[in-house]
Amino acid sequence: MKKGKKNVVIIDYQLGNLFSVKQACNFIGISAIVSSNKDDILAADALILPGVGAFIQAMANLKKLDLCDAIKQKVHEGTPIFGICLGLQLLFTKSEEFGDGNGLDLISGTVKKFPNKLKNRDIKVPHIMWNQIYTQNKPWKESPLKDLNNFDFMYFIHSYYVEPTNSNCILTTTNYDEIEFCSSVIQKNIFATQFHPEKSSNKGITIYENWALINNLI
Amino acid sequence: MKTVRIIPRLDIKGPNLVKGIHLEGLRALGKPYDFAKHYYDCGADELLLMDVVASLYERNSLHDIITETAKNNFIPTTVGGGIRTVDDIKNILRAGADKVCLNTAAIKNPQFIREASRKFGSSTIVVAIEAIEDNGKYLAYTDNGREYTGLDVFEWAQQIEELGAGELVITSVDKEGTGNGFDTELISKINKLVTIPVIAHGGAGKKEDVINLIKSSPISAVMISSIFHYDYIQSNKSMVSSLEGNLQFLKQKTRINKLNPCSIIDLKNELKKNNINCR
Repeated sequence: MKKGKKNVVIIDYQLGNLFSVKQACNFIGISAIVSSNKDDILAADALILPGVGAFIQAMANLKKLDLCDAIKQKVHEGTPIFGICLGLQLLFTKSEEFGDGNGLDLISGTVKKFPNKLKNRDIKVPHIMWNQIYTQNKPWKESPLKDLNNFDFMYFIHSYYVEPTNSNCILTTTNYDEIEFCSSVIQKNIFATQFHPEKSSNKGITIYENWALINNLI
Repeated sequence: MKTVRIIPRLDIKGPNLVKGIHLEGLRALGKPYDFAKHYYDCGADELLLMDVVASLYERNSLHDIITETAKNNFIPTTVGGGIRTVDDIKNILRAGADKVCLNTAAIKNPQFIREASRKFGSSTIVVAIEAIEDNGKYLAYTDNGREYTGLDVFEWAQQIEELGAGELVITSVDKEGTGNGFDTELISKINKLVTIPVIAHGGAGKKEDVINLIKSSPISAVMISSIFHYDYIQSNKSMVSSLEGNLQFLKQKTRINKLNPCSIIDLKNELKKNNINCR
């Protein structure tokens, strides 16, 4: 085992709680560091982009910390990146939150808000619940989801969801009260989930473990 | 799909897990960590840890318990009790919580909800309402139903949503700890009034109470303590870790007549039998 040798960086842009992401990493044997430093990111073997909160604020923080170009450069070079929740959304082109919010544009698409009403039905927003992930046509066997079953439950907490321009990157979809949305993506070295694997019990931890195994991090 | 979350609530005083009736008369039941671990293994969807005396003494001392509990428990943990400042929230999140639950400080200064949800994201901020019925009106109280505020529960609920909270816990203090069933009228009315998820709390005495509640109102989550705690105690020897708290109850090994304890697994099986979706 090459335990601890790989350099995994959890990107800290001062939004949200990184404790649980770090805990999950520790549990599967990755000794990840939490950092807001550009040089750490540039030196990383793999990146985790977590986050809870507002898209615009997150992008403003990433810019202020001068991390946008470093993240983009690493992803273009082929460094594995794992985006979680807001971290998934930030990878997209833009958000419709407050009109004009540009993202990292590593995946083409838009971030949209759940409606409060649909066909005269009230929809509770945020979507906070354990919900099922399922595949449309994409097999999971090469992805970090490989040991999961179709329709397994994951923990969601979000008001926005992503709409990729090209559906090829969609790994799973989820149905919230008859709204079907993309709940995870895979595109070359990018893997990202709308749900929180680190809050999704044993099945979620399996996703961390598989991601680490696929990318030779443990 | 829509699923309902089952959230065990762990009321904590000093080092002990406690339980009272109408949020009063606390009895020590054991170590919070043991209960949390057991509920995680049984398929709890989230955990709530509440420091029940924090507001009274203006302290929040749960940090060690949060860290111990959050470690290797890979489900969301919400922490409440005595949270007054942005720094309090920051420290609790750093200790390992995923969300915080506000009550007293939010009523004293409603703008605190706005400030906290802007800073940490709406989904991190849960606001609790302790409701007591008074001559046909429901009024919001603080400090475990002790302090009168005069605030109308329904007006306050709408304000909480407008201020940016991500979720709302509605506790019926009149029902809490009694095992007499939920105040379905109160909960249903709140649930219709706001568009954020509502967590119902107070009164579960048996599985059927939970089923009746969900059938009467499509709430997002149910928060339960007594029936899960007593089920765990009946099947395990629980250790009380210090002298703090009222230990008489545990020593006598009595039980509350109205309660029909069950495990989270039993409850979820019963929900599924009744076509109610859950994990």
